[in-house]
Amino acid sequence: MSKEKIQICEDLYDIMPPEYQDMVENATYGKEGRGWKDIGESKELIEQHSLCAGCPEAIAFRYVLASLPNPENTVMVGSTGCTSLVFPHVAVHNIHSLFGNQNAVASGLARALKVRFPDVQKDVVVLAGDGATVDIGLDMTMQSWFRGEKFTTICFDNELYANTGGQESGLMQKGFVAKMAPVGKLFDKVRLPEIAREAGCHYVACLTVSKPQRVEKALRNAIFVAREFGPTYIQLYTPCILEIGKQSMEGLDEMKSAETVGGRFVFKEYMTDAVKDFLADLEAKEKAQKKTAKKPVTA
Amino acid sequence: MNKKAAVGNKRIIASTHVKLGQKNKKGQTYTDPNRFFFETPGTANFLTGSEVIREAIKRASIDMSVAYPITPQSEAAALIGELYAEGYMGDYFRGESEFAVMSQCAGAAFGGARVFTTTAGPGTMRAFENFPMWAGARLPIQVCVTCRGINSPLSIQPDTLELYFLLETGMLIWHAETAQDLFDFILKGFVVAEQPDVHLPIAVCCDGFFVTHTKDTVMLPPDDVCLPPYDPYKSPVVCMDMECPPVRTMRDPFVMKSNYISYAAHATWQQEMRAACDRSRKHTISLLDGLIDAENTDREILIVASGTAVSQGREAIRLLEQEGVKVGLVKIKSLRPFPTQEVREATKNAKHIFVPEFNMAGWLAREVQAVIPDNHRVVAGPRVGGGMTLPSEVIVEEIKKRLGMKVATLASRGS
Repeated sequence: MSKEKIQICEDLYDIMPPEYQDMVENATYGKEGRGWKDIGESKELIEQHSLCAGCPEAIAFRYVLASLPNPENTVMVGSTGCTSLVFPHVAVHNIHSLFGNQNAVASGLARALKVRFPDVQKDVVVLAGDGATVDIGLDMTMQSWFRGEKFTTICFDNELYANTGGQESGLMQKGFVAKMAPVGKLFDKVRLPEIAREAGCHYVACLTVSKPQRVEKALRNAIFVAREFGPTYIQLYTPCILEIGKQSMEGLDEMKSAETVGGRFVFKEYMTDAVKDFLADLEAKEKAQKKTAKKPVTA
Repeated sequence: MNKKAAVGNKRIIASTHVKLGQKNKKGQTYTDPNRFFFETPGTANFLTGSEVIREAIKRASIDMSVAYPITPQSEAAALIGELYAEGYMGDYFRGESEFAVMSQCAGAAFGGARVFTTTAGPGTMRAFENFPMWAGARLPIQVCVTCRGINSPLSIQPDTLELYFLLETGMLIWHAETAQDLFDFILKGFVVAEQPDVHLPIAVCCDGFFVTHTKDTVMLPPDDVCLPPYDPYKSPVVCMDMECPPVRTMRDPFVMKSNYISYAAHATWQQEMRAACDRSRKHTISLLDGLIDAENTDREILIVASGTAVSQGREAIRLLEQEGVKVGLVKIKSLRPFPTQEVREATKNAKHIFVPEFNMAGWLAREVQAVIPDNHRVVAGPRVGGGMTLPSEVIVEEIKKRLGMKVATLASRGS
């Protein structure tokens, strides 16, 4: 798509909303090497968010959208939950249909786009909460991995059902007292990253969103691998500060403590050997490119 | 059998697709629907309903199909897979459940593909959450529903109860009587459902086994013609392929705020869906030669039916005619939109209106009762369920009983 598809007809320019004008002028569609560092310097692909003040999910959304390597040809699939409150403000095509069917929708979508645009790389990215990914939608999440569907699944893991008011979820920690777990959750946090690895994901990463550089890297890896190999999965800890009794400014601390040694979200990555080689190649190429770009122009 | 559709000046809006007249990779020529339906001579074939579904899809230029096994649609779904292997569509796969399959169809339709799938009975119920979503998202997916029983104890037999559940999903619902209907409805269904002023999902329904597993004579156009492809850019909502501006484009009216504007937005969206369903009437009338077929509606006794109950009614009329009782017939082809005006007009002379059905609920009788004046004229029956056949003699008896004529009891019949 790049920017030519969003150009405004000259005669109508002045009546278009300023956010749209800003997007045409300053958004990073089609920009090589776009990433989290563009945040605040260019028009972001997320206009506003309608989440709670200080919600880590909001910043996770910004990092994800800033890091998409190909937003001009990326379609996102969401599900019901807090994420679905943000998607209407996102400047890539996105689908909400039902609760839990996101990986089924993405399977149909990715295949249809392949049929319709055989020569264009269209990326499909699923982004849903842990209730949608692990509980109600686990069947469809895993079946899409079994089938080797070529798209990335991102789970915003806040360890509970946030949008409905803090009920127990499969990714909740054992023992946590929540609505519908009145005496504490009785079973362990579901090990979805390991399940993903065994179910056929070629690249899996589990991390918090405390470090934007790391989120960017994991997302780009996941999308590039999905194009070449098959399904990829990223689990991001985006704590629900409201439901775990934290203040607006405490989200970052919560993530940092969860990723320290022995925490639930110590950074982990799984990949196949073929993917390891592929990513090493990719990194070498990117480094070489940067080196060339840095060379002084000799006139 | 079927009343021959009068070509006359009936026309559907001509296709303007750029590929019209070109050949696809199977050598089929993309053909304007008017030419395809009204001017292409057909030849007689003796086929099962499942094979008829294959023959329709072979000519339907679909992009994708998703399949899942459930009797009695499994054979048709597998035959579509064979068409995929032969190169007649871009993609085909087996989903993991009907709920997933209908979501996979949704994803493909959101991405601008023409999509076809089939389901039946418990599968329809399993998939159910998707159908109002399809309609609300304005996805012109076609699902062929080969009706079968849904209650416990387990049954695989024909029973049209699931159709009752489908009526208020916002989809177009057509009910085929015969294999010929099934062939015509599938192909014509794509054309009507994809009209820009309609753009809704369509369920083309038939009675399982009675239609899917019996052989019937069907007129088929040659297989070197096919429908023009779907053009997703004529959709009234945005195609999710990032080929047009992506600003705040969530396609369904996703409104979670508790205020008047959000309620009104949702209410008008639902009204518009239903208006779109009504707007399909003009296209359907052109293609199906009306939402109903009516025969001898000047008579005081009428049978109103849909699906294979029409065939049983037709035979009952022949039997009654031998005894000097004259009965007219109304065959309802489109259940959504419901042919309200047509049914009122067709039943205006009737004193007794019989509605035979293959389900225990009697939903068609209720539909008819809801739209006609003096609805005490409606006799909601006879009805059978669970895969029981509905012998024409049972309809004959029901009518004779109502008229105060002497009837042989069921037990004494044949003795």
